[in-house]
Amino acid sequence: MPPAVVLVTGVSRWLGGALAAELARDPAIDRVIGVDTVPPSAELLRRLGRTEFVRADIRNPLIGKVISTAAVDTVVHMNISSTPAGAGGRGAMKELNVIGTMQLLAACQRAPSVRRLVLKSTSAVYGASPRDPAVFTEAMQARRVPSGGFAKDSLDIEGYVRAFSRRRPDVGVAVLRFTNFIGPRIDSVLSGFLRMPVVPTALGYDARVQLLHEDDALGVLTRATTGEFTGTVNAGGEGTLLLSQVIRRLGRLQLPVPSPALGSLGRLTRRFGYVDYSPEQMRFLNFGRVVDTTVLRTEFGYTPRYSTAEALADYAHTVPPVVPPDLVGDVAARAQGLVARAGSVASTVGTTVHGRLRPAPASPGLRAVRDA
Amino acid sequence: MPEARVIRLRPDDEQSHVPPPSDPSWDEQVAGGLEFLRRRVTGEYETDEFGFDPDLTDHVLLPLLRPLFSRWFRVETHGVENVPSTGGALVVANHSGTVPVDALMATVALHDDHPAQRRFRLLGADLVFDLPAVGSLARKFGATLACSEDAERLLCGGELVGVFPEGFKGIGKPFRDRYTLQRFGRGGFVTAALRTGKPIIPCAIVGAEEIYPMIGNARTVARLLGLPYFPVTPTFPALGPLGLVPLPSKWLIAFGEPIETASYGPAAAEDPMLVFNLTDQVRETIQQSIYQLLLQRSSVFS
Repeated sequence: MPPAVVLVTGVSRWLGGALAAELARDPAIDRVIGVDTVPPSAELLRRLGRTEFVRADIRNPLIGKVISTAAVDTVVHMNISSTPAGAGGRGAMKELNVIGTMQLLAACQRAPSVRRLVLKSTSAVYGASPRDPAVFTEAMQARRVPSGGFAKDSLDIEGYVRAFSRRRPDVGVAVLRFTNFIGPRIDSVLSGFLRMPVVPTALGYDARVQLLHEDDALGVLTRATTGEFTGTVNAGGEGTLLLSQVIRRLGRLQLPVPSPALGSLGRLTRRFGYVDYSPEQMRFLNFGRVVDTTVLRTEFGYTPRYSTAEALADYAHTVPPVVPPDLVGDVAARAQGLVARAGSVASTVGTTVHGRLRPAPASPGLRAVRDA
Repeated sequence: MPEARVIRLRPDDEQSHVPPPSDPSWDEQVAGGLEFLRRRVTGEYETDEFGFDPDLTDHVLLPLLRPLFSRWFRVETHGVENVPSTGGALVVANHSGTVPVDALMATVALHDDHPAQRRFRLLGADLVFDLPAVGSLARKFGATLACSEDAERLLCGGELVGVFPEGFKGIGKPFRDRYTLQRFGRGGFVTAALRTGKPIIPCAIVGAEEIYPMIGNARTVARLLGLPYFPVTPTFPALGPLGLVPLPSKWLIAFGEPIETASYGPAAAEDPMLVFNLTDQVRETIQQSIYQLLLQRSSVFS
């Protein structure tokens, strides 16, 4: 049974807006309500179609009134900030993430109409440390529980959602643990990081990176909203790349920096409007994280269209490379041509010298005749 | 009427038409190197979810280890026919030598001396992956953290997994205890093999004990550096960096007959007595194999 009234929080951001627009195109859904603290941009507003926008803070009890009056049956919670920069400082970020979720869940618990909750969570809940297994399945937990930042917030949020599902067992809860997003339009922490022409990384570390294309992220969210899946699922593209490989494929320059210096460098790049390196972000960039997506493809029933490498290639169209791969190929081909020419010259010289000094060896086919 | 038949007079003539495979000429080698560099700069190579980089391993890491393998330690490999050409298997070996050179040499042996050129996926200690540079290089070489999740995932994927259950107890044991096996962990490797139903291949490595004869252990230094031991050998740290050159002992690596685990069923992993018995069986097999190899070797350096 498709949902009748869907409420999407965090609709003014790219992914939330795209999901609301996608749901609004589905004629089976009666109403789509988008909630955010900031109004969507003019361009996004055009795409949103028949989505009704409510400017509200999920930290405010007003959200409960919206849910009950509209008789919302499906809530998609996406208003979770991954960087302090987006929310206006770490304090505000934590307030929005944790308190916002608690308020939203309190409102959902009171509303009898709600029968489905979708949480956009993150694979950051698995942490990132050298003692991790290489690939996380949904049943595993962080070996080292993340001590702060986005990962800690996400762990807390998942905890509150679990408590909610215990108190309201009639509500189907789907928790989606996404890997890092990438794509031409989405603005993620990683895309900002990789847009720098020279990418500083920690010396002596090379993370394994798993990416999910923005279209696949949207596909997973849409299916979770309209489908019947309940439980936790990892969402990520097929295959992995090493961070150094990602930087090379994008034609960026990698600058390995000793880890202690990376923190101060991060503050510098933040001043120039690029990304900041939080300790958590640094751990991820050192060790990386890979999740198993068997549940996504079998039980959940969605196979991402882009693999990690394909998603990165699609993103690469939008960032002009600093080191163009054509140029590298050209230089390599020219050098190879030179070597081949030198090689042939050397071999002709070699054979003429040999030919003069020694008689040509008998060809093996003639041996039988000669012996006979 | 008698049947006409062609009788080949000199059967070896047929083969002599085929020229012997020659080493690539220098210009082909340089061209290959340039192609490798182009791939590395543009990132057009594959890596797997464990961080294994076959391109780097084949073109840089293995060629660097080969002189050590064939010239310095003159490694002889026995019993590669016991290692299956396809499918998962768990190779269990003894650990020694202060620095895990034995794991690297076993990797070269399985790649170069096995007809199927098998990749050896090592399971390494936590410490390896805690260290910068070493950890990321180990992953690129095909190693991953020794934990049941990774071991089972690799085995299910049909990989040849290598494990050294003695761990630091084996590699950091004093020289006087050479060739005596230490306790075999907690039998985690047997559990992984039972759960996945893959065979266990015992492997004995002789020669690694003598490369850095550890006559002492500077415990205070080790504690300061956060290491499990700090080796003192006749040449290290007395001779400084020169002490890092391993002694050129003669190496023998022997793979024993596979111990089959599939017939026990995956539920057998929950039976501690069976796990202990299998662990002991593997340990005994390796110990016996070591004694036999030691008898074969005429002296330490030849």
